Amino acid sequence: MMRNKKIWFAAMPLALVHILVLGARFFAPYDPAQQHRDAPFAPPMRIHFLDARGKFHLRPYVCARLNQTTSTGSPRYAEDCSHVWPLRFLVSQEAGVFGAAPGTTWHFLAVDAPGQVFLLGTDDYGRDQLSRLLHGGQVSLFAGLLATGLSLGLAMVLGGAAGYFGSWLDDGIMRVAEVFMALPWIYLLFALRAFLPLNVGARQSFFLLVSVIGLAGWARPSRLVRGVVLSAKQRDFVRAARGFGASSVYILRRHVLPETYAVVLTQAALLISQCILAEVTLSFLGLGVGEPVPSWGNMLAALQKYYVLENYWWMLVSGLVLVPIFILYHLLADALQARIKPSGSPEMSSLTPQRLRVAI
Amino acid sequence: MRFRLAHALLVVTLLPVTALGDSPVRQAVRPEEDILVMPGAIGQPGGRLVASLHTDPKTLNPVTVVDLPSKEVIALLSADLIHINLYTQRTEPALAKSWNVSPDGKRYTLEMRKGILFSDGHPFDADDVVFSFKVYLDDKVHSPQRDLLQVGGKPIQVRKLGPYRVVFDLPAPYAAAERLFDSVSILPRHLLEHAYEEGTISKAWGLATPPAEIAGLGPFRFKQYLPGQQIVLERNPFYWKADARKNRLPYLDEVAFLVVPTEDAEVIRFQAGDVDVIKVNPENYSALEGNQHARDYSLYDLGAGFEYDFLFFNLNDLSAKQLPEIGRKQEWFRRTEFRQAVSAAIDREAIVRLVYQGRATPLWDQVTPANKLWINPAIQQPLRSLERAAALLRTAGFSRGADGTLVDVHGSPVEFSILTNPSNTQRTKIATIIQDDLGQLGIKVHVVPLEFQAIMTRVFDSYDYEASILGLVSGDADPNPEINVWTSGGGTHLWAQTETRPLAPWQTEVDALMQRQTTVLDYRKRKQIYDRVQELVATYDPVICVVSPNILVGAKNSLAGLKPSVMRNYLLWDAEQLFWRRETVGRRQAVGPSSH
Repeated sequence: MMRNKKIWFAAMPLALVHILVLGARFFAPYDPAQQHRDAPFAPPMRIHFLDARGKFHLRPYVCARLNQTTSTGSPRYAEDCSHVWPLRFLVSQEAGVFGAAPGTTWHFLAVDAPGQVFLLGTDDYGRDQLSRLLHGGQVSLFAGLLATGLSLGLAMVLGGAAGYFGSWLDDGIMRVAEVFMALPWIYLLFALRAFLPLNVGARQSFFLLVSVIGLAGWARPSRLVRGVVLSAKQRDFVRAARGFGASSVYILRRHVLPETYAVVLTQAALLISQCILAEVTLSFLGLGVGEPVPSWGNMLAALQKYYVLENYWWMLVSGLVLVPIFILYHLLADALQARIKPSGSPEMSSLTPQRLRVAI
Repeated sequence: MRFRLAHALLVVTLLPVTALGDSPVRQAVRPEEDILVMPGAIGQPGGRLVASLHTDPKTLNPVTVVDLPSKEVIALLSADLIHINLYTQRTEPALAKSWNVSPDGKRYTLEMRKGILFSDGHPFDADDVVFSFKVYLDDKVHSPQRDLLQVGGKPIQVRKLGPYRVVFDLPAPYAAAERLFDSVSILPRHLLEHAYEEGTISKAWGLATPPAEIAGLGPFRFKQYLPGQQIVLERNPFYWKADARKNRLPYLDEVAFLVVPTEDAEVIRFQAGDVDVIKVNPENYSALEGNQHARDYSLYDLGAGFEYDFLFFNLNDLSAKQLPEIGRKQEWFRRTEFRQAVSAAIDREAIVRLVYQGRATPLWDQVTPANKLWINPAIQQPLRSLERAAALLRTAGFSRGADGTLVDVHGSPVEFSILTNPSNTQRTKIATIIQDDLGQLGIKVHVVPLEFQAIMTRVFDSYDYEASILGLVSGDADPNPEINVWTSGGGTHLWAQTETRPLAPWQTEVDALMQRQTTVLDYRKRKQIYDRVQELVATYDPVICVVSPNILVGAKNSLAGLKPSVMRNYLLWDAEQLFWRRETVGRRQAVGPSSH
């Protein structure tokens, strides 16, 4: 029961983050590409419950933003609490490009026009960082999840086949896995990008990212799966099944691979954060989805510039959210590992968390 | 504390340089020397100035140089006959102390300075001038200067008339012909004639050449090169300029160029005091501004420069290339209304504010406000108007689909990509703003970051692009160097490199005007002609001019004699007159390699 609690402790906040990100269109106050050209690098706004006289307001508000930017020089802002904009929840907003039919969207949070609400500040084009963070998560988190799925799928098939059939197939697959681990991926990606057509849309580049990260990641888990399969195929019930004339595919599917599920699940929790980090790295270097579609990596790319790093701390936010998310995923992995150990077979229990980590 | 450490490190790293020896002894001015006396403050000799380059220079050879870092170094090593003062933008005597022009404007007779010496002590005379022009004009040498020394497609004839007198015969009268002599470095015949006769002159004077084999007439001479680290120049002890008290210039003992690969690294080194002068972009200007007093440096916003940044569409004839997709889109790009609509939709004011923090000027044609002699004040500067843009697109047959996307007459959505080089963050940001601007018209734009060389290949060779944002810098205030850009068949006719004959009536007019202004000698008449060219560019938008960034520079407060120019080399063009104020000479010498 105690262990279950640990899993829930990690899984619940993660689920919440994913729900927020999936519902970005609803939770984000603005379109992630909308440029507020009067507010570049506006700092995060404070949410006020108490006004200047100490009166409590049930409906929180934000103060108007006073633009103190001179005609030349970096943007400077101050709070002007003589004008306040109460936060409104669950509002519908008219949206639409110039000259086109307007549509209606629902937003979790908004303020009345012409007020603006930037809870995490804005970037160099005056785009709302909170909206970009939520929409960017769709790219970064789900690229991580899908790439992990791809990696582990490949790992199960190839690692399973290598472990079960052995001999030349085992040798072949494992040598290929070693080659994959030795490849310098970043440079390969730069080369790959040069060959692609220029007009790669956001969707195509997303799937390209997923497949590249997924392909790059199968080697290590497949070695782990192979190890588990090697031991599992010696077990008595597997021999018995073979004795009854079951086919290899049946045995693999029915008896051997289920033995690996626990290891794979733990691997998944660890691999997801690595894949998210891979996406962030690639986008940071300009190899991910292109502007104006946000991802946590291309949001961080602005920090490559010295003056941004020095002056605008809120541009770091997409890097900062990675920390709790990675910690939660690792907690989840630990909790899952702890569950495997006692219930598993003697062979399985020898894969202690420490040894697993070495294997990774 | 951090400062101390930085200085200590500098001393350690410069020790090997210190071992190289003393700076050359300053030669007293001899009576037979035709020295040029410079007005301005009387400086104090000594010290070392540190500047920076983004990449290593490739050569020290003025005949073959093309890259900017090498040009910056060579500018300090060599001298020309007639020089354009980058402060006044007018010509002034240099190695030629005087000149006269024949009444038909075709013959220039130049009188050279007598008794002056190259930086290795060898005397200079008319033979060096004739030799230099022979090299630059030789087909086989392939000097990039050759094109500039042609008038109406024919080369200039050069003849020696006496030991210090040279005659230049122009094939046709040429407006502002004396500007041709600017930046044509005079070569030492005694050092290079052998290489020229052997046909190896284009390979001469690489960075591995021993300093003793390189000489020039510039204020400094080559001392040492450490690849990837720095190139050091020392004072030319025989330089032909002096201050009002007849002290031979330059004042500085040494100029070193550190190789600092990025501007951010340059900013950090400038703040740390390792680099004395810097050119920065607007964002870093804002970042540096706050520390001016604490760190004892000053920043200068020199206003608009000569660079114009623009968006242009691929209008090349693609019939010889397998690029059907771009060919299909060219149907839009060739419509003047389409380009005018794009121009009307671009929010130039937002670009100036968001990208340049206000330190830039919006542009509608190619002449920037820096060019006071040639700007056409009558050019319309319409504010951004989506209504006007939409109306222009309607007249050209475009319409809005149900989902708001713009569709052409065949019903296909209007969508194109803009190439930018990510190494220039400003241009990438301009592209992102234009992307959003055009999105409001229903045009889908992709911004494609691509390495600069790859863009050059696409623009000049393969024509495999749809649109791009690039910048051009006029080499001179005069319109003559711009012929290459605006006339069909010109080498930098970016948007239509394949256009050998004018295809549009306005292009025919531009071609004729640009040719005519080269032969008209009267400034006012030339101005009228060039005004019309600007009008045509602003009306027909072959390139859509967007913005001209201000030139922003910084220098240590103790550096005196600064005359910052909006033209390259912004702070070092008059390096011979720069000096360290007295109280700082000692400190710099304690750090610099020329300490004793």
